[in-house]
Amino acid sequence: MSSPAQSSSAWPNVGDAPRASSDVRLSVEQVSYAYSANPSQAPLFTLEANSFQSRPGEIVAILGPNASGKSTLLKLIAGALAPLSGRVLLDGFVTHTLAPRARAQRIAMVQQETPLLFPARAWEFVLQGRHPYGRSLRFENEEDVLIARNALAQVGAEHLSDRWMNEISGGERQRVILARALCQQPLLLLLDEPTLHLDIGAQVDLLATLRRLAAENRYTVVVVTHELNLAAEYADQVVLLQKGKSLRVGSPASVYQRDLLEEVFHTPLTVEQGSNGRPRVNLLPTS
Amino acid sequence: MRPITLQRLLLQCGILALILFAVVVVALKLGAVPVSLYGLGRDLISVLLRQTSQLSSGYGMIVIEIRLPRILLAIVVGASLSVAGTSFQALLRNPLADPYVLGVSMGAALGAILALIAEPHLALPVWLAALFTPLGAFLGAAATIAAVYLLGLREGQIDSATLLLAGIISSSFLSAIIMFLLTTLTGRDFRGMTFWLMGDLSSPLQSSLRWVLGIGFLVATGAIYTTAADLNLLLAGEKEAMHLGVDVRRVRLVVYIAASILTGLAVSVSGAIGYVGLLVPHVMRLLFGSDHRTLLPTAAFGGAIAVVIADTLARTVVAPSELPVGAMTALVGAPLFIYLLRRRMA
Repeated sequence: MSSPAQSSSAWPNVGDAPRASSDVRLSVEQVSYAYSANPSQAPLFTLEANSFQSRPGEIVAILGPNASGKSTLLKLIAGALAPLSGRVLLDGFVTHTLAPRARAQRIAMVQQETPLLFPARAWEFVLQGRHPYGRSLRFENEEDVLIARNALAQVGAEHLSDRWMNEISGGERQRVILARALCQQPLLLLLDEPTLHLDIGAQVDLLATLRRLAAENRYTVVVVTHELNLAAEYADQVVLLQKGKSLRVGSPASVYQRDLLEEVFHTPLTVEQGSNGRPRVNLLPTS
Repeated sequence: MRPITLQRLLLQCGILALILFAVVVVALKLGAVPVSLYGLGRDLISVLLRQTSQLSSGYGMIVIEIRLPRILLAIVVGASLSVAGTSFQALLRNPLADPYVLGVSMGAALGAILALIAEPHLALPVWLAALFTPLGAFLGAAATIAAVYLLGLREGQIDSATLLLAGIISSSFLSAIIMFLLTTLTGRDFRGMTFWLMGDLSSPLQSSLRWVLGIGFLVATGAIYTTAADLNLLLAGEKEAMHLGVDVRRVRLVVYIAASILTGLAVSVSGAIGYVGLLVPHVMRLLFGSDHRTLLPTAAFGGAIAVVIADTLARTVVAPSELPVGAMTALVGAPLFIYLLRRRMA
């Protein structure tokens, strides 16, 4: 892990990489992956080479049916998995070779939630986001408290600060989890199906908050979702996956083609152009 | 928002230290031989000033040379078990984990007995001979927790109920082996060993073992405490912890080894004292919250207090005879365990 040859690859090679678009923050370069039960067997699932780039302030949505490799791609971007080939660069750093602390200072991940074993107050939970910046013994100082307050304010959840995590609603909890991610002061914010189990109002609310945060804090946001219309409304870029292959990458308008979506999601639908230039998907009755 | 501060932690520990001190004083006073508080204080001071000739009476010797070492042993054993229990609960993400319930204590006991049986047959240097039994106990503890962990896995995930069952089954399997080994011993040893198995603080330690115990406790507890903030996140799940910057594999390895050392040490000097590692962390969580930066030190004090009280009761309620201290902790612990289990299932 720490051989000199490998650790040097965590740094950008100024000589050869064409850095013309210098404000590219996230660069996914021909990343592939394969799962297999054991090394001698054929892989059970493969993710073929994927590439896309994203700038600060942009929202990228990864779309696709179940088992199309959305979450795997997100884990590769997060550096939680090492790609079989290719690499993911975040401001020139290869994400999977970063040390856990350094990675957590740059990348925040909002996952489908795990149940808490012991009750915790929302503020305790949010302060966990300061962990990657912790000093010895890791007692939080006033700066950490200030950042946590700010984070709660940014997602409109200051009033939840003293509530117990298991006593607030799903939408409120999702806000607190988001606030914890903000506390990490990341460059890259990753979300794995954040709208799952939320009612439609809370879903729109969350995406609007993400839109605002991406603009205010200059985050690059990558979100895995099943909500085609929400993605169309809020994403700058869409990556459409099918069986581990990225079929198309681009603006929602360029990706949302009727025949393409029908083929990928196996259901009849229509795509219409909304008044704001963003596409809308309508499902058609199957029989 | 009220994050933990060093001052608050020191205040909490200070209060617990005072309670521990008061409990120790009472424990010194109680027993088959009565001592006055005044005489006790004067004797303690004389010993501290190394003027043993000025002890108030022959009873003074009993207090200083028999009761005090036993109480100090109870303190270290209680703190070890409690810290080990807190660590296992975080490591296995199971609030009902504890060295005793998981069978780790029995594993350590088996390791210690094997070491005791093997030792006379090996020409060991003196320094190693002192370490040999605790080392056997540590290896037994480490092997058991690894086995229970693997048995508790279902489809790569740790399953709470399966883990507890695996622990209980391992425990009864290991005690069967221990019983088999013990029957090969002569009659007198057998009674002593069964008493020890139930948890017993009455046998005095060799001075070399005291050092091993004291230093081992401090090093292992210190190592676990450096991961306190990581353990908070580990409780939320390994993936979450990793994304918050925790080096999950390193933390798990440190806590696994250190908690096995603590269990091994405690068992090799006092047998299998149950439920301390389970219940004390629960009480401390209720009192001081579930953050491991406060939970670990407060649980250490709480465990010490609990075992000193339990041992004092064990040697006084049926005086001049004695109960094993493990019987005392089980009398209180088992019903509380059932209560916690039912509340979780509900």
